[in-house]
Order: sequence, then C-alpha cells, then structure tokens
Amino acid sequence: MRRTALTLVLALACASAFADEGARNGEKLYRVYCTQCHGLQGNGKGINAAHLSVQPRDHTDTAEMSARTDDDLFKAIKEGGKAVNKSVLMPSWKANLSDEDVRALVAYLRELCCRK
Amino acid sequence: MKSSANPFWTLLAALCVPLAAQAGAAEQAREQCAACHALDAPEPGTRNIDERLTRKAPPLYYAGNKFRREWLESWLRQPARIRPAGVFPPAHAKSTPLGDVIDESTLPAHVALPADEAAAMADFLMQLRPFDDRLAAVRYQPGTISLRMGQMNFSKFKGCDGCHRDAPDVGGVSGPELHSAWKRLQPQFIASFIADPTAWDPNTLMPRMELNDAEVARLADYLKALQEDGS
Repeated sequence: MRRTALTLVLALACASAFADEGARNGEKLYRVYCTQCHGLQGNGKGINAAHLSVQPRDHTDTAEMSARTDDDLFKAIKEGGKAVNKSVLMPSWKANLSDEDVRALVAYLRELCCRK
Repeated sequence: MKSSANPFWTLLAALCVPLAAQAGAAEQAREQCAACHALDAPEPGTRNIDERLTRKAPPLYYAGNKFRREWLESWLRQPARIRPAGVFPPAHAKSTPLGDVIDESTLPAHVALPADEAAAMADFLMQLRPFDDRLAAVRYQPGTISLRMGQMNFSKFKGCDGCHRDAPDVGGVSGPELHSAWKRLQPQFIASFIADPTAWDPNTLMPRMELNDAEVARLADYLKALQEDGS
C-alpha cells in the first residue's frame, strides 16, 4: 500500500515536471515565433501589427480564446489561418515547428489567455 | 631592387598579396566576427530554439551562396541597418500602451572596415559556399513583373509586407528590408530561400509558404523590379 502511494506521488511529480517543461518550451517558442505580430504581452500589438491589414489575435482575451478548442488552436498554428477560416496573414508553421512544439504553444496560449 | 623589376617577382607578388590578405581576413573573421556570426554549419536539420533566442547576427557560413560580392564589400565599408528590429526582434522590442515598438537604444551598430580589409573580408566570405549544389538545382530564371502586380502579390496575396518592407518605411519591421534585396543577394539564393527558408536556416523566423516555382518567381521578380525602379 505504502509502495503504491509512493509510486503515485512520483508519477504525479514527474507529470508535473513534464508539464512545467512543456509550458517553459511553449513560452520560449511564443517569444521566438509569435511576439513579432501578437506582441510581447500576447495582446495582439506586436511590432508588425501596425502594418497588417487584419489585426493579430489578442491572446489575452479570455472570452475570445475560450471559444477556441485546443484542436482549433493547433490547426491554426500548424496549418495557418486559412485552414480555420481566419486571415491568410497567419502563416502555416508546420515546416518550422514539430507537432510537439505546436502542442507546447497551445498549452502556453491556455496559460496566457487566463492569467487575469 | 632588381627583383621588383623582374616580371616573375611582379607576378608572384600579384598572386601572393591577395592570398595573404584573404588568410588575414580568415583569421580576423575567426577572431572578431565569430563572436556574433556563425561561421560553421550546425548539424543538418537540427533546430535549436535557444540558439535563436540568443542569436546576435545572421549566420555567415553560407555567405558565398547568399550575397553578391560587390554589395558585401561596399556594406562592410559602410554598414547600414538591413533589419529594422535587429536579427532577433523580440530582444529589441518594448511594450507601450499603444503597442510594441522597436527599442532603438538596444540595436548594436556594425563595425566599419577600411577599404582593403573590406575587400579581403568579402573575398573570404565569398569562399564560404557549402550549398553550391542546392543553388545549381534552382530552376528560377529572372523575369519581369509590373510593379503594380508585384506589389499586390507581395502584400495582399502573400502577406510578405506583414514582416518585410518593400519600400523605405512601408511594411513590417521584423524581417530584413526587401527593397534592397536584389542588390544584396544572389537571384538563385532569393528563389531558393523563398521556396524553403528552413532548408537554409532551421531556426529561421520565416515560414515556408508551400509555393510552386511560378509563385516563387513572381516574388523574386518583384524584388528585381523594385531594384530596377530604384536604380
């Protein structure tokens, strides 16, 4: 019984460590690939935003982001805005990012949208 | 004294001086440029997010496949900013109530070289050509496109102006300016990089847009038209 409990605690600790690692990776990836348009704060006001005909999504907008499923976000990042009937200005990142990277970004977006 | 008038010694000097200058440039590159520029290729196909987060300057290990020599020499003598927000834009941006802006105070200036050093360095950099085969396989033949059609394609259809300027002060700021691209870059490199930027730089910030040869050519021809319009 004691051994089972110990195994469970270790498993939970490992899962938590992996989740933390994933979130950290997501934050790094977001800084590298997303902030130019979506902003350092994720508010859609990056340095390129003024030059875009369609304004980038505000990732801190809880209501807007809650309306998107994880699959929607995954598809938008991997396949581009056109694949989810949004702006073609959001490019497909599938050549630059692995599926694991995209999942890490989705996890970070979930963190970013609901900090308030 | 006698030897200076001898054609043999004159020829030998003419051959050796540039070689010595290039050897000096190679040493200078290793000692000074390599602190910011990558002079050696990474493992093929490897992506390293930490390298991109800390990158200070463009990689130069394929400079001879990328640049036009005359531009390179001229730029090394009088360096001017090509990337409005630096090589890694998030490091040079700051948030304001109206949105992010470039923090000019964080953008480093590139050292200017004396004429002889610039020429020797350009010669050295042009020898760095690990991707000759890739360029030889490019099917692009420079053609013509009207400025109007080219601009519409560049901005409205392909969205390149989200990150790149096709005229001074027109367009996005995270990517290098493109109104000077034709003067700066080899045509086959332009076509190859547009087709697959990740093949050249696994850590590039430019997405691969899955374009066919004709679409690549239209974009490359627009960069040519911009140069011809401005020259």
